[in-house]
Amino acid sequence: MSVLASSDRAAAWRPPTLFGTRLKRAVFWGCVIVYLVWSLTTIDIDFARAVAGLPRALDIITRMFPPNFERWPLLVTGMLESVQIAIAASIVGIVLSIPLGICAARNLAPKPLYLAARGLIVVGRTFHEVVIAIFFVKLFGFGPIAGLLTLAFASAIFLGKMLAEDIENMKEGPVEAVRATGASFWQVVFYAVTPQVLVKTLGVIIYRLDANLRHSTVIGIVGAGGIGQTLSASFSRYDFDFSSAILLTIAAMVALGEWFSDWVRRKLR
Amino acid sequence: MGHMSTQEQVQKLAMKAQRPLLEVQNLVKVYKTGKRALQEVNFIIDRPQVVAIIGSSGAGKSTFIRCINRLVEPTSGRILLNGEDIVSLDRKGLRAARRRVGMIFQEYNLVERLTVMQNVLSGRLGYVGLLNSIRYKFPPEDIRAAFELLDRVGLEGYENRRADALSGGQRQRVGIARALMQRPELLLLDEPTASLDPKTSRQIMRLVGELVNERKTPAIINIHDVALAKAHADRIIGFNDGRIVFDDVPANLTDEALARIYGDEDWNPPADDGEATRS
Repeated sequence: MSVLASSDRAAAWRPPTLFGTRLKRAVFWGCVIVYLVWSLTTIDIDFARAVAGLPRALDIITRMFPPNFERWPLLVTGMLESVQIAIAASIVGIVLSIPLGICAARNLAPKPLYLAARGLIVVGRTFHEVVIAIFFVKLFGFGPIAGLLTLAFASAIFLGKMLAEDIENMKEGPVEAVRATGASFWQVVFYAVTPQVLVKTLGVIIYRLDANLRHSTVIGIVGAGGIGQTLSASFSRYDFDFSSAILLTIAAMVALGEWFSDWVRRKLR
Repeated sequence: MGHMSTQEQVQKLAMKAQRPLLEVQNLVKVYKTGKRALQEVNFIIDRPQVVAIIGSSGAGKSTFIRCINRLVEPTSGRILLNGEDIVSLDRKGLRAARRRVGMIFQEYNLVERLTVMQNVLSGRLGYVGLLNSIRYKFPPEDIRAAFELLDRVGLEGYENRRADALSGGQRQRVGIARALMQRPELLLLDEPTASLDPKTSRQIMRLVGELVNERKTPAIINIHDVALAKAHADRIIGFNDGRIVFDDVPANLTDEALARIYGDEDWNPPADDGEATRS
């Protein structure tokens, strides 16, 4: 190879881009611009309505202050129910997620089982907690049972997916070695799989407990029990000072949950 | 392969009196990709010995060793372990057969978050029920045997260390102890020294040789290092393209034989690759 040719190649060399070729990159950004222009020019934003809403917002906010904690027994009952829903749902979710996660791991489950479990996860993740809550409220009526089932279902799907992913990413070597000793399937799971995924899974579980606490405050709004139901009721009765008291309590509770989850996960590492 | 079939006939005559420890008949493995990894492999071990398998990467060594305990499912053929055909076994029978075959791996394949003792005891999993095993309740004689094995492989006092706190050589010793916990009738070693430095490799190979003699357990070792194979094996088998092309004592592993195993063109390079090829 001559010096000249190699210096030409050096001049012509470009770092690879995400898009592969410059043409593809140009097409991509072109499409982005066209879409932005189209959406901004066609969307129907009624500024008059937005402006009319401003004084109402101001009114509500002024009526929210100062927060009114007079009816604190109601607040405490609602909050306790939310926490109970979150914890119970997490426990049920964990129990359900273990078989689901194992079935959804390509390297452990036989193909038909794997496909069924993955299908369930895909379908389950399609629906937001609130949508599932509406469904369960229709089935079981207003109250914490619907909330518990909602979050248990959503947790099982979420934890199952995370567990399956962890199992698929674990090292195959120890699994092969334990299998080679003549161990049964469940012995392989306990000796080679569990030690590899346990710590990460515990972290995900703690995160999910925290998330369930947050979700449990929201799904009450559609009638699935807990503090959310209290909040929704206070809004409909225009008790905005009580609403703000509830909101502050929720914020404090969620912050506490997040701090706890962070603390535990730091310990686990 | 003319000389081999006569040798085989001699072995077969000897076999009439006693069953061989391991007999592989017409073993074929075709992967889903269509790759023919093993083509009609025939092979007998009739006494405790260290058998080294050499050959280029992709020649079928690893497939062969993994077919013996069916970590890889053979396509056809028979594998007789003390007369019992492993290929035809159902799940339960296979598990019982795997208990009789200890395996040692290149990457040690210890469970890193478990302690040395837990890893060694996992060699007994085939004999302990599920409930006892998940509580790590092993019979006292197993625990005693595990301590003795740890002493034997030079890991006295390491029982409560976590496996990921050990060096490569120490991990491989744990791997050896785990395999021996099975009281196996056959040891399979898949590139046991490929992740180790030359000195540790020699120590591990010496240990394996000693254990084979002490326990009268034959061992099949996949190995890339020809010098190491010649120094520590009683018998060398050369694989080329899924077939056995050499099967003899190390002394007869000539340059001509090496060319048959590894190919003409790649063989006999000048000094730079010489260390591995000259004994």
